[in-house]
Amino acid sequence: MSVPFTLLGLLEREPSHGYDLKRDYDTYFGRSKPLPFGQVYATLARLTRDGKVAPGVIEAGDGPDRKRYSITPEGQSEFETWLAEPIDPEPHLQTVLFAKVVLALMLGRSATTYLDVQRAAHLQRMRELTKLKRNESLIDVLLADHGLFHLEADLRWIDMTAARLPMLAMAVAS
Amino acid sequence: MSLITSPSNVATKDVLIEARDVEFDFGQTPALRGANVSIGQGEILAVMGPSGSGKSTLLHCLAGILVPKHGEIRLSGERIDNFAENRRGALRRDTFGFVFQFGQLVPELTAEENVALPLLLNGMRRNDALGRAREWFSRLGIEGMERRRSGELSGGQAQRVALARGLVAHPKVLFADEPTGSLDSLTGELVMELLVTAAREDGTTVVLVTHEPRVAAYADREVIVRDGRVTSLTPEPAP
Repeated sequence: MSVPFTLLGLLEREPSHGYDLKRDYDTYFGRSKPLPFGQVYATLARLTRDGKVAPGVIEAGDGPDRKRYSITPEGQSEFETWLAEPIDPEPHLQTVLFAKVVLALMLGRSATTYLDVQRAAHLQRMRELTKLKRNESLIDVLLADHGLFHLEADLRWIDMTAARLPMLAMAVAS
Repeated sequence: MSLITSPSNVATKDVLIEARDVEFDFGQTPALRGANVSIGQGEILAVMGPSGSGKSTLLHCLAGILVPKHGEIRLSGERIDNFAENRRGALRRDTFGFVFQFGQLVPELTAEENVALPLLLNGMRRNDALGRAREWFSRLGIEGMERRRSGELSGGQAQRVALARGLVAHPKVLFADEPTGSLDSLTGELVMELLVTAAREDGTTVVLVTHEPRVAAYADREVIVRDGRVTSLTPEPAP
């Protein structure tokens, strides 16, 4: 997750305090990893230094969070460019899953058993995400879908690998 | 491997339907080679496995559509594989419900007549059967479709009509073979959500054959059929 671009995107909606940015970031993007306040202000300081964000006047009141930040035209332009670019497709070619299968085959262990256990673990997680979707907000449903489709991709690989195990065993042994 | 369980492991629910050492051949080709599975009362079980592994054959044996060459099928402890065809037919009408990949609605009948079909076959009066059938249209979000024929329904609507037909007679077991296989992801999700909700509300046991993990994720647990045998990675109900 690109924190600077995400904060720029949130600021494009409306000028905001650091606290508001952290709250919205955590709500939409930081479910498994909330953004520390320190990182919010450090990022805003860098964006200010680079001319992408402008801090407003210090507002009257207590507490440290009295500046409302707004996005500059330069920040808007940079955010637009970032949003339009496709991300790098990440094929995850060297995963632990892959390493375990190859090592099991190399060492004459049961890769089938490992794949079965992994399949059960994946499906268990998919069941949890499917249940979660029932009572959650649309944002959570989208997040769960993202997880479900990735787990499904792993499972398709697991099934394909299980079907190819006899051939793979020969390849690894030779 | 400790995670792989035998059918005798851990009692969680009463067994409703089970296959014991079931073998079935298509001509010279073995399809099931000693398949064992136990399904608990009210449980939703996903039966997964590669194409040609025997998962649909297992469903057909459990449902009394095919008769195993060897082994037993038991419903509430009673052996049903040795029933004569007319008794198995009665079982399929009275006790089991079915949903298949392509709805398989009768094209000459309206949607409500399709839903009412199991009740009419069970001897219910036409008006009563249609009344009961109509209740399902609002339950499954297809109000207004009652008088349409299958050619006038979208894939998702037709599948919901098929689901209503499978559940209208309150079967003990609903057999669903790739029930979302012909639908896009979002419509498939809606059909699965309705299927699971209706089955849970009515306490219906579901045997769900699917090769799609996202569909299997609606089940309580899954078994894998491979080369005509069943592998279970989660505890089964005790026989």
